[in-house]
Amino acid sequence: MKIGVITFPGTLDDVDAQRAVRVGGNEAVALWHGDHDLQGVDAVILPGGFSYGDYLRCGAISRFAPIMTEVIEGAQKGLPVLGICNGFQMLVESHLLPGGLLRNDHLKFICRDQKLRIENVSTAWTSAFTQGQEIVVPLKNGEGQYVADADTIERLEGEGRVVARYLDVNPNGSVNDIAGITNEAGNVVGLMPHPEHAVETLTGSGTDGLGFFTSLAEKVLAR
Amino acid sequence: MPRVVVDVMPKPEILDPQGKAVLGALPRLGFTGVTEVRQGKRFELEIPEVTDDALAQIEKLAETFLANTVIENFVVRVEQ
Repeated sequence: MKIGVITFPGTLDDVDAQRAVRVGGNEAVALWHGDHDLQGVDAVILPGGFSYGDYLRCGAISRFAPIMTEVIEGAQKGLPVLGICNGFQMLVESHLLPGGLLRNDHLKFICRDQKLRIENVSTAWTSAFTQGQEIVVPLKNGEGQYVADADTIERLEGEGRVVARYLDVNPNGSVNDIAGITNEAGNVVGLMPHPEHAVETLTGSGTDGLGFFTSLAEKVLAR
Repeated sequence: MPRVVVDVMPKPEILDPQGKAVLGALPRLGFTGVTEVRQGKRFELEIPEVTDDALAQIEKLAETFLANTVIENFVVRVEQ
């Protein structure tokens, strides 16, 4: 499958995300924020970083980048979209996912190997995992505190739309230890931790993140 | 040139970690009597002329761009 990875001004993790896509057995297509062209990709990743220096609010300026017109339109029609960290912030700013991401409750940037539990394996990006599987992937954020009003949280929990939850430590004060969520259709996933940094043993904390990059192919093959 | 000010504040029910940090520093600096601090943003927009149309446009841009109404409230006012 062809998976597009969009580079914005200030994106950091696009190259790692492209590499993770290839390690996961898919073709990575580099996409540019200023284009109005998804180049016929089957799915899109909004990678991590500090697009536009996090000015205004994290993801708020990128959300209006030219290519986001096509991403938002595609996502509403079922195009699989994975937003990691800054990408997750873009997804909430785009209202493709509910809630918001605030500064960590302890105010410090945090970087650690984070244990997670995968709680929804029916999304386009998580079908390679088993329900309740525990994984460890790097986490690095300054504004990763997931918040939403009580009704939204109740709906997310009730509909099983919490994709991943922090285990052992809540690193940023996120409500209900939420690390990642999905939309109603399950094609859009936002995730604060970084699975793209955990796809090869060479670089440290294991290969637990790989499932996010093999799920799409498995889902298509299973059809 | 007329100036329109947009104040953006975190919603009251949203925890404001930065405001809390500022509040926490006050007693250490010898300032007492402050019981709450909320931190927000102020935008100053200059426009050639104050018209209903211009204000409606600023209201719209504040709602869609300057503030994220999921977590923030905003107020638009013309500064004399």
